[in-house]
Amino acid sequence: MVEIMANGLARRTLVALVENKPGVLARIASLFRRRGINIASLAVGASEQRDLSRMTFVAEGDPSTVGHIAKHLDKLIEVVEVADISDNNVVWREMAMVRVKADPESRHRVIQLANIFRVSIVDVGAEALTMEITGDTAKIDSMITLMDEFGVEQVMRTGRVAMLRSALSQGDEDGTYGDQISSNIIAREGLGSGSV
Amino acid sequence: MMIKTGGQIVCDALIREGVDVVFGLPGGAILPLYATLGSYPELRHVLVRHEEGASLAADGYARASGRVGVCMATSGPGATNLITGLATAMMDSVAVVAITGQVGRGAIGSDAFQETDITGATLPVTKHNYLVMDTADLAATIKEAFYIARSGRPGPVLIDIPRDVQAGEIEFDEAEWDKPVSLRGYNPPTTAEESEVAAAAALINEAERPVILAGHGVIISRAYKELRELAENAQIPVITTMLGISAFPEDHVLSTGFPGMHGMAYSSLALDQADLIVNIGGRFDDRITGDTKRFAPNAKKIHIDIDPAELGKNVKVEAPVMGDVKHVLNQLNPQVNKTTHTKWIQHVEQLKADHPSLKIRETEELLGQHVVKAISDATKGDALIVSGVGQHQMWAAQHYQFKNANSWFSSGGAGTMGYEVPAAMGAQLAHPDKEVWTFAGDGGIQMTLSEFATIAENNLPVKIAILNNNMLGMITQWQDMVFDKNFYANTYTGNPDFVKLADAYGIKALRVTNQDEMEGAINAARAHDGPFIIDFVIYRDENVFPMIPSGQSVAQLIEENL
Repeated sequence: MVEIMANGLARRTLVALVENKPGVLARIASLFRRRGINIASLAVGASEQRDLSRMTFVAEGDPSTVGHIAKHLDKLIEVVEVADISDNNVVWREMAMVRVKADPESRHRVIQLANIFRVSIVDVGAEALTMEITGDTAKIDSMITLMDEFGVEQVMRTGRVAMLRSALSQGDEDGTYGDQISSNIIAREGLGSGSV
Repeated sequence: MMIKTGGQIVCDALIREGVDVVFGLPGGAILPLYATLGSYPELRHVLVRHEEGASLAADGYARASGRVGVCMATSGPGATNLITGLATAMMDSVAVVAITGQVGRGAIGSDAFQETDITGATLPVTKHNYLVMDTADLAATIKEAFYIARSGRPGPVLIDIPRDVQAGEIEFDEAEWDKPVSLRGYNPPTTAEESEVAAAAALINEAERPVILAGHGVIISRAYKELRELAENAQIPVITTMLGISAFPEDHVLSTGFPGMHGMAYSSLALDQADLIVNIGGRFDDRITGDTKRFAPNAKKIHIDIDPAELGKNVKVEAPVMGDVKHVLNQLNPQVNKTTHTKWIQHVEQLKADHPSLKIRETEELLGQHVVKAISDATKGDALIVSGVGQHQMWAAQHYQFKNANSWFSSGGAGTMGYEVPAAMGAQLAHPDKEVWTFAGDGGIQMTLSEFATIAENNLPVKIAILNNNMLGMITQWQDMVFDKNFYANTYTGNPDFVKLADAYGIKALRVTNQDEMEGAINAARAHDGPFIIDFVIYRDENVFPMIPSGQSVAQLIEENL
């Protein structure tokens, strides 16, 4: 889904398979920079193919410019494949680590909320907890909003990773089904169902 | 197996790529390569006086020859001086390979003497670039670089080689040369999807007022015959872009000029009134479209281009066709009905009659237009023509009548002043037996006239016509017409005496100050077996017309000085 932001800019998601070599990210970043496109998030890691990395970009910019950026990226010699998957049926996830103030008094409530969101607590300190949240952007946003009440000390997000759904996975029970359904799930979570 | 140095591998690779001329200027970090270059007489090294001259000469050589132009420079300032030429080649899709020396591998990143991150600096102005960190990678890298430069939509490729990689010795297996280039992320298209071609053919067959807009892609693809076949079969007027000039003979009855900011009024009007534009290898540049919202509102657009990123980039296109122009036209032509479009052709002829954009006003003064016309007449449209950038460029594009394919070389996209002298050197070296004229402005020529020495040293018989108005003419015109006559920094009061200057370089020269002296000077230049400079002192207060001011539309077309 192409998100149109309040300032009129479009936000699109792109996935690229690129040569794993020095300088490739600089070439890609240079293309975005030159056209005034902001990289809202970027996730890079090894792919299933040797010497190739997969990148997921969330790009924000003028709707027509950002709509054209995949074609420019594809011209880079070291970009093997690129797809703008904004209009496709995709599964996407983001991970965040959130450190929340949690004194003995509030700790219990924080842990309770974390459980509802199926969030793991990965570090416990005397005055704070660090939790790991995986899900779509909306889920992470709502979790962070909920935690505001206790005091969010630090947020570290990975940015989105996205993958096209294969036909077979239609109807899978785990995972969300794109933005609309995932927001339904968030809504249900809001009701305390706990299903993710 | 034999032991080879990096420098030897570079030279062997260049020869295998068919290189015969290299434009360059040595410096510390490229000396190991130059230590080898002298033992390869097959590679003619033209020693330029400034590295910008090398990259612009390589560009001119590439355009004129259809082969890859090669330039070389040392690290740091040598490499950065190449950048203007690389940007020029990038904007106009010209196949250039630049080889730069770099500081030794161990010194990279230490801010060593003459160290510049040239691969970083040239990212946006090259099609691709390399920093070669191993002598064993040189052969494959150079082969890949030439392939990328010349294939698909051509462009400049830079290869940065640390000095110890040039000097390094390796056991070299000659079988290395036979390894094919394999690039997973680069597969330039050739033929187009049949469905796209069929959609384009259908639009052409139903059009009543079609025009062809032929761009540089026709020249790069050498598709002159195929273009002519399409135009003649379906009787479609052919407008070229400025870089498409000489893709179609200008004495052909269907030739309809070039449109846009300083193009012919009848060309811009024909585009505006057409019901179909067949853009072949052009990119709907802003100098042609002006305000894209008001550009050719009545026309459907077919856009044939090898670069998918161009399709739909500037203008909405009903029928995009991705492929190499020559291949696509060969697919398209059999599907286009033979027809006449008599009414439309007559209408376009009427536009030409009603809007005589090439008519030179009656005056005793010596105008730039007179000079171009006189050289066009004297050479019968047969010469190779180079230009700089500015008023003289527009007059040359308008008033020279190009008869031969690929005979016009000008910096269109980048608008690089100073192109005229080095690019003419390149064109002359590509075609030693052809007559090369270059039109220069007194502004641009002072940017690269250090190459007079190179021209003299190599006795290149380039004829240089300076259209000298002792000012930056196009700047003056804009200040006059767009900036309310707020003239500033437009006049050159300190110009050298170009005839004396030529003499200092040992180049023959004449000055022409009126219409009567023109023909004699042009004949003298043509008769001389060597370089020749004519300083045409032209009337100052002459603007280029027609004119569509920047970002406007044909509704704001100004046909003559008011």
